[in-house]
Amino acid sequence: MEKLLEWVDARFPLTKVWKEHLAEYYAPKNFNFWYYFGSLAMLVLVIQIVTGIFLTMHYKPDVNLAFASVEYIMRDVPWGWLIRYMHSTGASAFFIVVYLHMFRALLYGSHRGPRELVWILGAVIFVALMAEAFMGYLLPWGNMSYWGAQVIINLFDAIPFVGPALSEWIRGDFVVSDATLNRFFAFHVIAVPLVLVMLVFLHIVALHKVGSNNPDGIEIKAHKGPDGKPLDGIPFHPYYTVKDIVGVVVFLMLYAAVIFWAPEMGGWFLEHDNFVPANILQTPPEIVPLWYFTPFYSILRACTSDYMIYLAIFLAVIASLTAVRLRGLLAKGAVLGGTALVIVGLFTLEAKLWGVVAMGASIVILFFLPWLDQSPVKSIRYKGPIYKTALAVFAVAFVVLGYVGTKPPEGLYKALAQIGTILYFAFFAFMPWYTRIDRTKPVPERVT
Amino acid sequence: MKKTLVLMVMALLPALATAGGGEGVKLDPVSIDLNDKVSLQRGARIFVNYCLSCHSAGYMRYNRMARDLEIPEHIVKDEMLFAADKIGDLMKAVMPREDAKDWFGVAPPDLTLVARSRGPEWIYTYMRGFYLDDSTPSGWNNVVFQNVAMPHVLYEWQGLQRAKFEEVDGVKTFAGFELVKAGTKTPEEYDRLMRDLTNFFVYLGEPAKLVRYRLGWWVLAFLAVFFVVAYLLKKEYWKDVH
Repeated sequence: MEKLLEWVDARFPLTKVWKEHLAEYYAPKNFNFWYYFGSLAMLVLVIQIVTGIFLTMHYKPDVNLAFASVEYIMRDVPWGWLIRYMHSTGASAFFIVVYLHMFRALLYGSHRGPRELVWILGAVIFVALMAEAFMGYLLPWGNMSYWGAQVIINLFDAIPFVGPALSEWIRGDFVVSDATLNRFFAFHVIAVPLVLVMLVFLHIVALHKVGSNNPDGIEIKAHKGPDGKPLDGIPFHPYYTVKDIVGVVVFLMLYAAVIFWAPEMGGWFLEHDNFVPANILQTPPEIVPLWYFTPFYSILRACTSDYMIYLAIFLAVIASLTAVRLRGLLAKGAVLGGTALVIVGLFTLEAKLWGVVAMGASIVILFFLPWLDQSPVKSIRYKGPIYKTALAVFAVAFVVLGYVGTKPPEGLYKALAQIGTILYFAFFAFMPWYTRIDRTKPVPERVT
Repeated sequence: MKKTLVLMVMALLPALATAGGGEGVKLDPVSIDLNDKVSLQRGARIFVNYCLSCHSAGYMRYNRMARDLEIPEHIVKDEMLFAADKIGDLMKAVMPREDAKDWFGVAPPDLTLVARSRGPEWIYTYMRGFYLDDSTPSGWNNVVFQNVAMPHVLYEWQGLQRAKFEEVDGVKTFAGFELVKAGTKTPEEYDRLMRDLTNFFVYLGEPAKLVRYRLGWWVLAFLAVFFVVAYLLKKEYWKDVH
């Protein structure tokens, strides 16, 4: 056995990789509840890939066969219903886990230097995950699959000049059709998963280069023992492997509970209207994306023409604050001029376009987070009351946006979506200012 | 801080428990029990005898139904195969789709998944909600599906009824039925039969339901044991971390 290992090690860095990434990868010893979701996200990715392979064996990407092939999986394929529910529940579980994983970063400043690239790669994973989920949702070819895809692809129409041509290019047809179904199938089963797996690999490589953050937001590498190992670090394996197994089992219990007792989750994980085959002549009463997209869908729908004045004020305030801080007349002028141009655009171009821009911006702004946070401390444990309030307001706004995204955009729901949109962006846009003036607490030398 | 956040999320959960809504009329509750094999068998018989003439259950096979509902295959072959030759066939409607479209104006929808798209309460209320209406082509209307093309197939059982409407704040609101001519079944019998039919539709929408509730307990039991082992293992390893 040892001989074999020697033989392999001479040709492949097996022992080296094992040591660097598991047995001698030192992770802070004070990980708490929030640190389970990274490994859980990987688990769900594997579940999705494996169940996806089996679904692909029986699914038929053809508008005349797709819906029936899903019901064939549910009825005639041995254990097909289980595989299908694992996959459909897995999609929602993926987003729950990933949202909690991202929220952890907001809590403990895991996006801050030197982990900016870990965060950015993570944000790219999030974008890829959304693309994966969106395209996967078309495949059952239910009526909500169809109309959901139709609505979202039509958003590209709002882009000036190239919009209509672009959405036609995405669909491969003038409406969502067999061509669309086939290309979404190709993207969903191979292109995006391949990208996802590679991105996850890079995410972990980047993480292991800089080392894990922890709930105290301090660097364990700053205090090393005589053996060169961080005093507050413990080897990932076996300590965190055995700990993560506990997390995995708890997750699997919740996941199984949904699969076996509530796979539709009252319409939140599998929508009622999606048990009707796609019908080009029958629009569902409300076209609602699945819950994990509804916060962003709310931001999209919040941008009506009567909302532009509030957006304009919001942008003007941000631009003025930025201009005051910037040095050099040219930079000040550029910021103010650019903002003025956008504000003119708000009132002259279609509101729908700005909805698309706002929705895009709500994702893009994530990429800037590491530089927006100017607090001298990373963790919420030592941050001041302003950040704590801002984060709480942001979390509530995100959930409220998600909820109203499933409701018709009228009356109170519309107002909530519009207030929620401002709060969502305010959390990021004002961050450089409020994190600087916040009253932080002194950070301990060693982890607590 | 952490606790406040958790509390806030918890407070929002009940709001998340129900999604989607229905049309105006209040739907009647119906007790669904998939362990009630006799009820499912009665529902299956009503479905095959009455619904399947026009509607398909085109994703479901006769023999699967026979096996799940413990109906002997020879009974299915002799008494239920009106529209199919083989017991392994899908449950397709007797009436050709094109003819149905000519006669009713719309092709009767496939009913395999109707319990999943509309919900059992909707089916139960709908099947009891037909009333006489001279203004529609079929002479029938329905309180949960205005101007539906489908006539009341089971009127001999239920009898003929008219709907009473009241003006409430200027809105025409449904205010109960009035029996014009009694059917061959009493109202209680008819409700019970429609409950059986609804029960069958819930089964038809998802045959796996029969097994997944039972299997779930075994999976959770296994995971519970696994949890104890995993937790003890973790505790053992973490003894030396201070």
